[in-house]
Amino acid sequence: MPVLDSLLIVVLLLNLFVLGTSRIYAVIRAVSVQGALLGFMPLLVHEKIGIQTALLSAATVLLKGIVIPRMLMHAMREARIKREVEPFIGLLTSMVLGAVAAGVSVLAARELPLAAGHAASLVVPSALATSFTGFILLVTRLKAISQVTGFLLLENGIFIFALLLLEAMPFIVEIGVLLDLFVGIFLIGIIVEHMNREFSSLDTRHLTTLKE
Amino acid sequence: MSLGSIWFPLVMALLAFGLPSNRWRPWLLPASGLAHLLFFALGITAERVPADSHWLALDPLGKLVLGLISVLFLPCSFYAAGYLNRRGERSNRIFCSCLLVFLAMMSLVCWSQHLGLLWVAIDATTLASGPLIYFNRTPRSIEAAWKYLMVCSVGIALALLGSLFLAYASLHGGEESSLIFGDLLLHAPQLSKPWVHAGFVLLLVGYGTKMGLAPMHTWKPDAYGEAPGVVGALLAGGLANCAFLAILRVHQVCIAAGEGEYASRLLLFVALLSMACAAVFMVGQKDFKRMLAYSSIEHMGILALGVGVGGLGAQGALLHMVNNGLTKGVLFLSAGNLHRAYGDKTTDAVRGALIRSPLSGWLFLLGFLAITGSPPFAPFVSEFSILRSMVESGRHLPAAAFLAFLLVIFVGMGKTVLSVVQGNPPEGADQAGEREGVFTSLPIVMLMGAVLMLGVWIPEPLSSLVDSAARFLELKS
Repeated sequence: MPVLDSLLIVVLLLNLFVLGTSRIYAVIRAVSVQGALLGFMPLLVHEKIGIQTALLSAATVLLKGIVIPRMLMHAMREARIKREVEPFIGLLTSMVLGAVAAGVSVLAARELPLAAGHAASLVVPSALATSFTGFILLVTRLKAISQVTGFLLLENGIFIFALLLLEAMPFIVEIGVLLDLFVGIFLIGIIVEHMNREFSSLDTRHLTTLKE
Repeated sequence: MSLGSIWFPLVMALLAFGLPSNRWRPWLLPASGLAHLLFFALGITAERVPADSHWLALDPLGKLVLGLISVLFLPCSFYAAGYLNRRGERSNRIFCSCLLVFLAMMSLVCWSQHLGLLWVAIDATTLASGPLIYFNRTPRSIEAAWKYLMVCSVGIALALLGSLFLAYASLHGGEESSLIFGDLLLHAPQLSKPWVHAGFVLLLVGYGTKMGLAPMHTWKPDAYGEAPGVVGALLAGGLANCAFLAILRVHQVCIAAGEGEYASRLLLFVALLSMACAAVFMVGQKDFKRMLAYSSIEHMGILALGVGVGGLGAQGALLHMVNNGLTKGVLFLSAGNLHRAYGDKTTDAVRGALIRSPLSGWLFLLGFLAITGSPPFAPFVSEFSILRSMVESGRHLPAAAFLAFLLVIFVGMGKTVLSVVQGNPPEGADQAGEREGVFTSLPIVMLMGAVLMLGVWIPEPLSSLVDSAARFLELKS
């Protein structure tokens, strides 16, 4: 599937871009482009495209590509926060970490026993690499919004893995997963708003009252 | 009809959202609680399985958890009505609707026979309970809700990846890939072993986060500490057990795949780690609601321990799930009363509870004795049978560690609880704060009665249900 693989390469490059960029708007845009690309992938995997696959694709593009990034942008504007991502470690270091994670993913995918037809494709390595990238963002970024983008990347990685299992995952469950993601981001947006009002900042370093 | 435990609370949630009266809305909660118990009773007496039994069915494990949720929710709902009527100045529309959606989603977890549907339901419980935690809108509760949503969402995302790995295990095994538990159990011997291993680890980490097993427990003290008492009771006694049910189902697949030994070792490891972690943080804990969170981490560890040991231990763990759930209800609800009576939840300000609010003080003290495994209360019976199974199966070292942790936790928790209930109340404490009413005290008394009853006599339907659930779990039926 050359088309799918080239899309996945774009996904991998976007991962590195997200780790290397300092502007949070650019991060959100990159995540939205990645989400929209993912939305088209089920169409490429299925041999015959039914109404359910088309609906799933449309819903994914709409949600991951447009609605969720809009919600994050809105939260950013409301909060009027600084546009830098303020990483915990340097941007270059996180890029290098991301590249290492991608390499490890390729090696790990080679070790795992894959079914015939899956071994040659980039699906498993890019699924693992995208999830790892999400984790790097979650752990190393201090701003609430940056951490949310990390969570979105983690979800994207899982979505890529699910491409191998489109038959096992019934339509209603896929839609349920998307719906849960949407409600989750919606709630997080509300909390971010409250957080901004109470602490006048979205820096998660302020969230330190509760500890031992 | 038997699916009423899922759709009825959803309908009531819509109704609660639409009802304009802040005063009458909370009474939808007890109504739903009663109906839920009724639907549960109908569900177990009607032997006929629903037509779409592939996706939704009530097996013995699901029955046990659903029954516990139903029995715990009813007193909590009366308490919530009493609590919300005191908070008349604040709109309870979101709170009531979310609480009912939360109930419906917990019931869906119990009914789910599909790994993907189970995931969706558990994620939905997280989303429904997030707003419950920051009902009081304080900066601390916002912080707690943020941590809860982020940590649990990430954990649950890993569980989704683990579910996909299990599906891939069946695909690789040459089977039609399926996520229905019945199919997974049937084809378990053909599952690809490396994918089962990786899947189990991810699912244990993911659902273990939700259950609050160490080292994924970090959200728990914050969320339980800041949430209203009634929410804490339902999170500790209901939601944590839903996550436990998910882990049990995956464990069952591992047993069927011949990998039970591998899964048990991992369970024993996180179990003892959770108990150790609870013991460390329990000592010197001044905030009594956070203390209860650590107690919950400890007991989730005990549940995982019993299942990891297996046999009599698994049976003990399932019974302990019920006992712990009911006792946590007593503790969280009475802690909520004390918190409101003093306007504080640390031992710096809260002293002499037996004088200031005797009923809640005594219930808190009795709840403490029960949860730490003192006879004649119910948790003693189940903890003892878990201990016995460890000794009988020759696991002497874990058994010794288990006893040592229980002792440290008893001493640590006892110090905090005794300084709450003993002594003289601080000056002026009599005027400030609220006193408990009928609805915020009678439900706790009833829960305490149940905890005492299960300690001396276990009714036949419960013991046979626990029995069949344990046999079902270990595929011995």
